[in-house]
Amino acid sequence: MTMHATNMGNSLYKTDPLTKRLNAAEARFRIYGMAAVAFGVLALVGLLTSALGTGVSAFRQTFVEIPVMLDAAVLDKSGNRNPEEMAKITTIGYAKVLETAMVAELTERGLLNDRVSAKDAGGLISKEAPAQLRNMVLANPELLGTTVEFRALANGRVDGFFKGRVTMESAALDSNISPAQLELAQKMRELGLLSVSFNWGFITGPDASELRPEAAGLGVAILGSLYMMIFVLVLALPLGVAASIYLEEFAPQNRFTDLIEVNISNLAAVPSIVFGILGLAVFINFGGLPQSSPLVGGLVLTLMTLPTIIIATRAALKAVPPSIKDAALGIGASKTQTVFHHVLPLAMPGILTGAIIGLAQALGETAPLLLIGMVAFVRDYPAAPPEGFLDPAAALPVQVYNFTQRADPAFIERASGAIIVLLVFLLAMNLLAIILRRRFERRW
Amino acid sequence: MSIGLLSLIVIALAVAGFLIGRARALSKAGGDIRRLHSLPNFYGQSVFLFTAVPALLLMAAWLILQPMLIEARVSGMITAADVPEGSSVGLVMSDVRRISDGIDLILSQGDLSGEDVARMRADFSDVRSRLATVGVALGADVKPAVFEAAKAYNSASSSGRLMMSAAVLAVALAGMAFALSRTTADFRARNVSETFVRALLIASSFIAILTTVGIVLSLVFETVHFFQLYPAKDFFLSTIWNPQFRGGSDLGILPLLWGTLYVSFVALAFAVPIGLFAAIYLAEYASKKVRAVAKPLLEVLAGIPTIVYGLFALITVGPMLRDYFAQPLGLGTSSSSVMTAGLVMGIMLIPFVSSLSDDIINAVPQAMRDGSYGLGATQSETVKQVILPAALPGIVGAILLAASRAIGETMIVVLGAGAAAKMSLNPFEAMTTVTVKIVGQLTGDTEFASPETLVAFALGLTLFVFTLGLNILALYIVRKYREQYE
Repeated sequence: MTMHATNMGNSLYKTDPLTKRLNAAEARFRIYGMAAVAFGVLALVGLLTSALGTGVSAFRQTFVEIPVMLDAAVLDKSGNRNPEEMAKITTIGYAKVLETAMVAELTERGLLNDRVSAKDAGGLISKEAPAQLRNMVLANPELLGTTVEFRALANGRVDGFFKGRVTMESAALDSNISPAQLELAQKMRELGLLSVSFNWGFITGPDASELRPEAAGLGVAILGSLYMMIFVLVLALPLGVAASIYLEEFAPQNRFTDLIEVNISNLAAVPSIVFGILGLAVFINFGGLPQSSPLVGGLVLTLMTLPTIIIATRAALKAVPPSIKDAALGIGASKTQTVFHHVLPLAMPGILTGAIIGLAQALGETAPLLLIGMVAFVRDYPAAPPEGFLDPAAALPVQVYNFTQRADPAFIERASGAIIVLLVFLLAMNLLAIILRRRFERRW
Repeated sequence: MSIGLLSLIVIALAVAGFLIGRARALSKAGGDIRRLHSLPNFYGQSVFLFTAVPALLLMAAWLILQPMLIEARVSGMITAADVPEGSSVGLVMSDVRRISDGIDLILSQGDLSGEDVARMRADFSDVRSRLATVGVALGADVKPAVFEAAKAYNSASSSGRLMMSAAVLAVALAGMAFALSRTTADFRARNVSETFVRALLIASSFIAILTTVGIVLSLVFETVHFFQLYPAKDFFLSTIWNPQFRGGSDLGILPLLWGTLYVSFVALAFAVPIGLFAAIYLAEYASKKVRAVAKPLLEVLAGIPTIVYGLFALITVGPMLRDYFAQPLGLGTSSSSVMTAGLVMGIMLIPFVSSLSDDIINAVPQAMRDGSYGLGATQSETVKQVILPAALPGIVGAILLAASRAIGETMIVVLGAGAAAKMSLNPFEAMTTVTVKIVGQLTGDTEFASPETLVAFALGLTLFVFTLGLNILALYIVRKYREQYE
């Protein structure tokens, strides 16, 4: 080391160049670390705000509330209120009824002018509304001949206008909506005929076609995901726990045990899409199980979750102190009794935490489900289990993917809304896992 | 008899067996527990296991095998003439299954009896409209041979189902009788039922091996099938990916591999420095409070489903990179690009690198730090020259694991990277990856005869081999170069 680099002969109060350099390097290194952590946290915040920012509006929807005169002469020509005959009137007939009601109401309020035709006024209402009105009438034929307050979904573009997605400029270029219609909608809102309110239909309703984003909901997807989670819980938890008990408590140290252990750690790292290929080749092609059914989805997710549950369960079993086992064996319990009566109950909180985390992972998994036909457009709710396990269904994360593949930008809002629902479920599951751990965790 | 009902009956029999076995053991001992070999519950338990387990296993095996056997028999009834142009035996068989389901529905409505259906002939009566009334919609009119096959399928599966119920109940009762006949005071019930339980545990741990075998077999089998239709040399060496529906496709894997590796490289270029610095900061510098907040927050990133990252890439990161980088720099106009997917995937990988590295850095003993400080090194010098070299094998292992994640990741690249198979150096251009093409070739219409579909299995096998290799390498490095500190 050369003379000038050391502090020899100088005041300790004056930092020499070497110390300065070292201090600067030290500070830089520290700042890099802080920046890295900050970047990670900021990325998390960005991710969540992006989903929340675009998705929250999906839970609110624009509705048109007008009195609708259900003309018996139009909707039930024979007049005998027989639902089978009334079913012959299609949604087109009901659309006319809605349009007439809309025009009548607007004329009464003096909102119609020559720039807005009757068709334009009817166009403010979603194409889904006539079907809803029809179902309502078919369910209660006695409504015919009366005037009901009907709450109809507004057209997706009108909804987009109040959420800032559609502007007067974009409407001028859009064949589906005109600026005059938007002005009318604005006036209707001021008069209270049109309102934006919470939309349960988004959470409970089925998916809708590409042309009616306003009616698209997550009901079928949530139900499908629920069915698959039931499956995963019923299959993966007992199998995983049984396998872990064997490997941790009974298995002798030999090649066969080694083989199983290597297998499990490899399966944990296999890309999820490969499990989808497995499901397609084995369960659908070879086993002949129906495509896009929660049964196949549940089986694939079970195989995928099994390694996670096994690893967590083994850790929980390992954490039970040997003294407890020794005590049980010492007073004459058999090995099986020791495990099932003492070790397993003490490891239960850890096992359940692991199972919930595995379930959360399975709930968010998308790629394998794409391959087993879950992308299909499904509008019908699956039946109640056990038959429902074979009905086609959607899944929550796959529904997000489906929404992103559609052209109308209104579906982006729906996709983000579905993400929020998914994240709320995951948050609830993780909170449950944390509470379980806090409440039952023991330290020895 | 439905499967649910049948399993309920078997369980009920088993529970009854438990009670009977327990009571029988007690009565054999004359009510004196001390004269029994095992506790009374073990006698019940062994009857329960012998009643329920073989019967349920038989039911599962039957449910798997029956459709396969019937299918093989019925498909013999369909001749080549019954398969329409552009269709396949598989599609005709799916029609057969649907018609058979329809016959079940018609029968359950009770309008027609079994003999009526047996007399029904596709060339005389309008089967299609009759089936439509029970909600089975068919694309075209039903050919006589197909309808006959459907009827055979229907009767075979309903009689098969009946035989299954009978066989399962017989096995359950036989098991129960067998177990009960063995119930004497000297019967070693505890040993028997514990051995039985242990056999069940071993069988469960077999699932892991079965899964691996299933994955490897299904991939290898279909890949061999693919290579019979498409030359392996072209698959591995061609630089063109251009699938055509009418045949004559170019299915070269190189552009897909290029895209995969490029995206993974970009992702690791983000994730490794950030994850490593975050791990160093959290392990060496951060106060307890900061660590308690920041570490879980970073780990939340690992728990977020990949579809959420995919949507983030699609609606936020992609347009942002396009508007602020790609277009001003004249590098591209696409919002999905290698950069978009790589950046978002990098965010996803940060917690993988950081929490694994954090654990490894924490495992370096304090004595090494103290020694380094004692020689006059600053904190950052200690980290760079003592801790990182000591932790290097573990960190390399963590990075390799992250790389295997990146290569196998699907949803982020499906939504963020694009679908154009290209080999370009420009990171702002849309490229595609192996996983995107697996999804692309296998969703929607899956006909397992064309190379365009089967190529997905070859791609899957490549992916599987790649990620497996990386994992094994990671394990090997960690084991071989790990320093043992006492």
